[in-house]
Amino acid sequence: MERSERGAGDVWKSVLRRVVLAAMTVLAGGLISATLVRYAPGFGSDERQLDARLSSASLAAIRDANASERRILPYYAGYIARALHGDLGISRSLNRPIQQILAERLSITSLLAVKALLVAWLAALSLVFAAGVLRLPALSLSSSIGSGVLLCIPAGALALLSVLLNAPGYLALAVVLFPKLNRYLSNLTAATVSMPHVLAARAKGLSETQILVWHVIPVIKGEVLALAGVSVGLAISAAIPVEALCGIPGIGQLAWQSALARDLPLLINLSMLVIAGVTLANSGADLLSADRGQAA
Amino acid sequence: MKAIRLAATVLIVVIAMASVLGSLLPVFDYARQDRERINAGVSAAHWLGTDDLGRDRLSRLLHGTQVSLLLAPAAAALSMLLALVIGAASGLIGGFAERSSKLIIDLFLSIPWLFLLLIVRAMLPLNTSPALSAVVTFLMLGALGWAAPARILQARASRLRHAPFILLARAAGISRCRLVFHHVLPNLRPVLLAQFWISVPVFILAEANLSLLGLGVAEPLPSLGSLLRELESALSLGSDVCRFAALMVLILVVSSLQIAVPQQEAC
Repeated sequence: MERSERGAGDVWKSVLRRVVLAAMTVLAGGLISATLVRYAPGFGSDERQLDARLSSASLAAIRDANASERRILPYYAGYIARALHGDLGISRSLNRPIQQILAERLSITSLLAVKALLVAWLAALSLVFAAGVLRLPALSLSSSIGSGVLLCIPAGALALLSVLLNAPGYLALAVVLFPKLNRYLSNLTAATVSMPHVLAARAKGLSETQILVWHVIPVIKGEVLALAGVSVGLAISAAIPVEALCGIPGIGQLAWQSALARDLPLLINLSMLVIAGVTLANSGADLLSADRGQAA
Repeated sequence: MKAIRLAATVLIVVIAMASVLGSLLPVFDYARQDRERINAGVSAAHWLGTDDLGRDRLSRLLHGTQVSLLLAPAAAALSMLLALVIGAASGLIGGFAERSSKLIIDLFLSIPWLFLLLIVRAMLPLNTSPALSAVVTFLMLGALGWAAPARILQARASRLRHAPFILLARAAGISRCRLVFHHVLPNLRPVLLAQFWISVPVFILAEANLSLLGLGVAEPLPSLGSLLRELESALSLGSDVCRFAALMVLILVVSSLQIAVPQQEAC
């Protein structure tokens, strides 16, 4: 009883530690992004200042707004204070509340990423397990060559090819993710298959399916969960070129547009959102694999 | 496997030499526009045809390959230098330096790399010259791509710190400088080299992605990434296969680089 209470306490401690770490990562990541933007060579140049229709008072107001963004630490502290009260600010380029813009676009990117991840994981797992069960060298070789070639094509080029072929955007994202997952899973399975306990099971006459289900999957489960977390980060990163080039109005396209428009308030929010997504996915996968490890 | 690796190395050398030698010839001018032959097909004058501005595709491909093949290793070298200073040094020192640098490395690893590149590259002034934009793009790749190699170098350096021969050297009173240059760096060299060669194709692909988004090397200077933007204007896959020349060269270059690197030394 006491041991189980201590175990539950340890789990909560671990969860709390990860939540604090994730929050710190998000805050520091936002600050890094803001600092990088602030010290980039073209920061502060605003195209609106070239607009001849604007009065001197309007131009001075634009300059004042830019000046407040130059002192990055006070600006960032002010942003955090406002964000804690639910105010994420106004986008300079879109002239709309950032909260509203993010809410509209987040669902589109989430749906795109979920579909792409599902397709990529299903394809990678079925190929790896089919190669494992059927033990066809031709299948392993062709999937290895295929994923090798796909790894050499930039995500943007795959997105353009999907536009040319009238394929949906999530398929382009899935094709970006598939080779990375396939390669890692193949290496992991190959390393596990040559372990002594698998060789012993094979010598005892177990079928390839039984070996896979009883002796391979339980061993690689932890790594696969960790890879699941990493794949979310990969999907978010690859969504930027895919959404921008396929014309999908999600977070990736917004990041591209806000970067082109030098929209610092929107960029900081996007950075924090993207980092939060990646960190949460990684922490969740870590927690799950740790939990399973304890259970085992 | 050795034969495949050798073939990949030969292929990469041939592509590099062709791009360097070809771009030195005055015939291959990447910016000259032949207004009489816009979007022309393959001919004796233009072996790969011309683009929508009448520029010779082969010339642009040769120069573009040269830009990517010269600048990506330079960016990888910068990245390795940073990884060595931040990762390996902290791993060797240990204690607070190691813990804090580990946190910084983890932080950089959790920020999607392309996102960082995008926001920094977009801040460059619009009147940046093409040559400067190429250098800045690859400098940025080098400056932001150090975290993953730093993590690996830190782990290796941390292990080296406790290695018996290092402890023995310390006990013998060897100077810190001699310890680093004679004992630590030679042991880190295989990992450093492997990480360098892994970073080169990664940087070529990252530049290609940036250029496809219009944030890489500025026109009219070509790079493999900016040449890929031609795919955008292709009406259908069958319209002109020469539009895919850049993609083919990119695949050849990146796959050759990946095959030529001994992967066992990477981890």
